[in-house]
Amino acid sequence: MNEDRAALGRRRERGAQLVVATAALVFAILVISGALTLGYAIPGFAVVALVCFLALRADENGKRAAPPHSVAEQANDPLRTIVSGLPDPVIAVDRDSRVLALNEAARALAPALRQGEPVSLAMRMPELIETVGRAFAHGETERVEYSERVPVDRWFEAVAMPVKRSVDAAMPDMVLLTFRDLTPLRRVEEMRADFVANASHELRTPLAALSGFIETLQGSARDDAKARERFLAIMQEQARRMARLIDDLLSLSRIELNAHRRPDVPVDLVPIVRQVVDSLQTLARDRGVTVNVEAVGVLTVFGDRDEMVRLFENLVENALKYGAAGKRLDIKLALETASDGEPEAMASVRDYGPGIAPEHLPRLTERFYRVDVRESRAQGGTGLGLALVKHILNRHRGRLSIESTLGAGATFTVHLPPAGPRVSQ
Amino acid sequence: MTEFSTRTDHTARAFDSDLDEISRKVAEMGGLTEKQISDAVQGLLERDTELAERVIATDPVIDAMQRDIEEKSILTIARRQPMAVDLREIVGAMRVCNDLERIGDHAKHIAKRVVALSSDLYPQTLIRGVEHMADLVLAQLKQVLDAYGGRDLQAALDVWKGDEEVDALCTSVFRELFTYMMEDPRNITFCMHLMFCAKDIERMGDHATNIAETVYFMIEGRPITDQRPKGDTTNFPSALMQK
Repeated sequence: MNEDRAALGRRRERGAQLVVATAALVFAILVISGALTLGYAIPGFAVVALVCFLALRADENGKRAAPPHSVAEQANDPLRTIVSGLPDPVIAVDRDSRVLALNEAARALAPALRQGEPVSLAMRMPELIETVGRAFAHGETERVEYSERVPVDRWFEAVAMPVKRSVDAAMPDMVLLTFRDLTPLRRVEEMRADFVANASHELRTPLAALSGFIETLQGSARDDAKARERFLAIMQEQARRMARLIDDLLSLSRIELNAHRRPDVPVDLVPIVRQVVDSLQTLARDRGVTVNVEAVGVLTVFGDRDEMVRLFENLVENALKYGAAGKRLDIKLALETASDGEPEAMASVRDYGPGIAPEHLPRLTERFYRVDVRESRAQGGTGLGLALVKHILNRHRGRLSIESTLGAGATFTVHLPPAGPRVSQ
Repeated sequence: MTEFSTRTDHTARAFDSDLDEISRKVAEMGGLTEKQISDAVQGLLERDTELAERVIATDPVIDAMQRDIEEKSILTIARRQPMAVDLREIVGAMRVCNDLERIGDHAKHIAKRVVALSSDLYPQTLIRGVEHMADLVLAQLKQVLDAYGGRDLQAALDVWKGDEEVDALCTSVFRELFTYMMEDPRNITFCMHLMFCAKDIERMGDHATNIAETVYFMIEGRPITDQRPKGDTTNFPSALMQK
């Protein structure tokens, strides 16, 4: 079907020239209005240009009485050119809810979208489908807000604008769908709520301990030098724990704020891992752990450098803290082939400690989930380390796999898509 | 992958449009089911009774959609006498909408428990495990419905293999809930409710796997023959009572 349309399109070169002129006009308007903002102005202009153009065409072909279906096909080419030139996600949909045209931004929004197929095969949100239906039925512009929960929370506003592609059409025969990403706005609201919910519970414990010791020092232990010394040490440890907790909560929020924006700068993981290992050498020496790094020459992924450092810091530090009994730590970086045959950047951290029981494995990346609360507290853990790792990987479209046998240590493996020429799906 | 790899043009355009309409309706039903799950879980997380009531009220819509798809499918078979891939597509649609309807029922069950639980006060940490499960299953369902829409064999296989993770998580959540119940009998009421919610979500995962099998069958014309990895041991009481 697609090929047929493409062939039809080739036969209409003259039309295409006109389109280029129109598209250029749209671009000019776009540049000028860029300073004036208003994301809606852009698709608006496009529609105006499109309608004018179609009116011209309708006059031109007026004598050849064409059935509505072939009008749709004729319009396809200029439509595609205009739609593909727009910066925001735009999808043009016909009365059968088939995709007439879509641009790169829309493809990024829903990779499963295919030209010529029903839009609902890829975008199934009932609110959206209903809105398109309403726009066709009432012939008026309709708006709707909707959210997605997986793979990351996102919020959108969609505008469905009905369009008559020929001047004498009684009913609109196309709806132009444009999308606005509301995620950054909503994320800030959510973050505040999350932060309060998490912080209030987790920060209260060390805070209660602190104020308890202060009270004791003011009262009964006022003149006891020995107790004072001991209490101050505990208080310092609790204060440090609070500081770490706040740090982790803040980084978690920061990562979540950007979760919907995938990094596009290539970074080499090998020097990052080496740098992390160097910075944790002191801790490794304290615990008597030898760290071996086995790495390929270069392992490049699209990533945020700071977040990658943070990710490996957490994994290596965890291994040093909880797997120290094995006295050995193996880190391996390699380019492997995933189960679906695609190449995959892989970094694993293997310790030889006590291992983790299978019932805990699937839960490790949940916030504040601790295998052993006392052990975690003793090691100064915040219960957020692996949640951070998971969030960083989510943003990078990677994943974490954990393998462990009780008594034989644990392996934490990071899987990331390697940086190559990025394939747009 | 080339587009339209399994779509062929028929001499009768009406037949193509029949098939497309069926696929479209299944996808739309899938979209509504996805929303039902996320609303039910949202209701559970935020103790939002109103949202839960809405989920319960929407369930008949899903049932009606299933009836509609089945009717349309039977009509198409009767009228067009489809063969091979076309027949599989129609039979597949009927099977998928059957699984979706069951998933919708599970979402409704969760919503009913939200209403029942509304007076109890339960710790948020307990809900986190259930939320984690729900996110995993939603991701599975999204992937398998995308695989259905795009006729993507690899994506369907990935979903089929991914069910193990949901099962393992379910086992872990069960253990945790057991611990809470043994600690304090007052926890039993809401722990039992949460346990059934977890089981509902686990069943949704199984239906997502069924859909993956159907998608595979639609494309390949034969069932998946590999051994499916299995991680759920909740059916064995001994596994729970250890320790």
